[in-house]
Amino acid sequence: MSVIDLEKAFQDKIDAEIKIEPKDWMPEAYRKTNLRQISQHAHSEIVGMLPEGNWISRAPSLKRKAILIAKVQDEAGHGLYLYSAAETLGTSRDQMVEDLNSGKAKYSSIFNYPTLTWADMGAVGWLVDGAAILNQVMLCRTSYGPYARAMVRICKEESFHQRQGFESLLVLSKGTQAQRDMCQDAINRWWWPSLMMFGPKDSESTNSDQSIKWKIKRKTNDELRQQFVDMIVEQVKLLGMTLPDPNLKWNEERKHYDFGEINWEEFWNVVKGNGPCNKQRLAARNKAHDEGAWVRAAALAYAEKRKNRLKTKAA
Amino acid sequence: MKNENLINGVLHIADTVLILGQRNAAWCAHGPILEQDIAITNITLDLIGQARNFYQYAALLINEADNKNETEDTLAFLRTERDFKNLLICELPNGDWAQTILRQFFFSSFQQLMYQEMIKSSDNQIAAIAAKSIKETNYHVKWSSEWVIRLGDGTDESNQRMKNAIEYLWQYTGEFFIAAEYEIIDVAALKNDWLEKVKSIFDEATLSIPENTFMQTGGKTGVHTEHLGFILPEMQSLQRNFPGAEW
Repeated sequence: MSVIDLEKAFQDKIDAEIKIEPKDWMPEAYRKTNLRQISQHAHSEIVGMLPEGNWISRAPSLKRKAILIAKVQDEAGHGLYLYSAAETLGTSRDQMVEDLNSGKAKYSSIFNYPTLTWADMGAVGWLVDGAAILNQVMLCRTSYGPYARAMVRICKEESFHQRQGFESLLVLSKGTQAQRDMCQDAINRWWWPSLMMFGPKDSESTNSDQSIKWKIKRKTNDELRQQFVDMIVEQVKLLGMTLPDPNLKWNEERKHYDFGEINWEEFWNVVKGNGPCNKQRLAARNKAHDEGAWVRAAALAYAEKRKNRLKTKAA
Repeated sequence: MKNENLINGVLHIADTVLILGQRNAAWCAHGPILEQDIAITNITLDLIGQARNFYQYAALLINEADNKNETEDTLAFLRTERDFKNLLICELPNGDWAQTILRQFFFSSFQQLMYQEMIKSSDNQIAAIAAKSIKETNYHVKWSSEWVIRLGDGTDESNQRMKNAIEYLWQYTGEFFIAAEYEIIDVAALKNDWLEKVKSIFDEATLSIPENTFMQTGGKTGVHTEHLGFILPEMQSLQRNFPGAEW
């Protein structure tokens, strides 16, 4: 078959909602886009462990400590599934980790913001995981099979995280004045970065059209962002808190909430590495990796010795 | 106080597993291999879960005896350095992966023997918590034993790091077997089985047990190393800063 025929057959499959599997023919750009997206997603899970891991030692009750540990551990597990899914596209996990640690690969910018108070654990669960879920629910139907299947598992755990985050803020919202202030402050700080998680506006986004045609994505950045705003505006009322946007208003004509302009200068600055924690996050990943080098070497050496001993025995 | 020894015995175990959990938790998101990050975090979760069960039982006993209103959280977050009865080995810094692994192996192997005895307790609560916990501990022993062997018999560097860890940690293992007045089981009786277990794993790991080491003690009576005075203020900060708040 000629490349043109292959491409047509590929697109027909996608149009017929048949999943693309690792050994199927695929356009190089489809492979690259998926690899970039899945590995970035994996990196985000791993780097995302850091801002929340930051509060494990100080969780205010044993129950909250256990919930937080379990949550961060889930993220490590998500990273594992996603690295495995990405490996089916022909790049090793070692290579992906190296790209993350060298700063070549990107991860979600949201994790370059600091977690300053306990309320940030709730806000991250509710807003950050809430924003991530909208994207991830869509990705459960993405056209690349291994990615879609990983997302189905991940979504189950993520929706649990979001509920935990909201519940933890609900307790604060019913608590003392100091706790309510802490809760509002966390919402104020996390709201705009959460909106940024959906990426540039559709009019500025370079990958969007092709990704939609290939059904890697099924909704645009702006559509998902709007869905998020509409959802959170209702939920924040249950907390008796507010969102820090004076332009937030129901638009009867659109049947959606209008909202203010994102600070795109801040968005691009954080993407470029100038967020409050970009350097710390990468430094922490590199430190863990470098200090673990001797452990990985020992595990390999031992496995090799064992294999040889078994061989000798067998002979 | 009624049941004073039992209460202290339960608190001793609760404090021990909590403080070890608190230490291990520092590996979460910082482990040497993603799969092992998940494994040590799993162990941490088990330890925190065990701590909760023991604290809840201690709270029940205290409230019965003294008409108080203790909870798992008041016991974990509002007691001070001299009240804590954890084993010293649990509060020591994590050090490198070798030190963390070896501590887990020493402790879990001891804990496994301890729970085997506690299962037979005539106190139903103690027996039930031990029965639930030992399933977890069996895995902790297996996991940490495998790592002791892997590192001991891995590279020259990993072998040396294990030797360093043994030299540092061995002096804190004697405390396992020196009974406090409140001890729930006869800990001294566990010593031989524990030594045998350690020896068999060390043999496979090409490591050896040090001789004639002076053994440090004090944890069981609240006389700790200088480390605990840093662990508690961090762990307890929110409860201390916002007295009486619900979380």
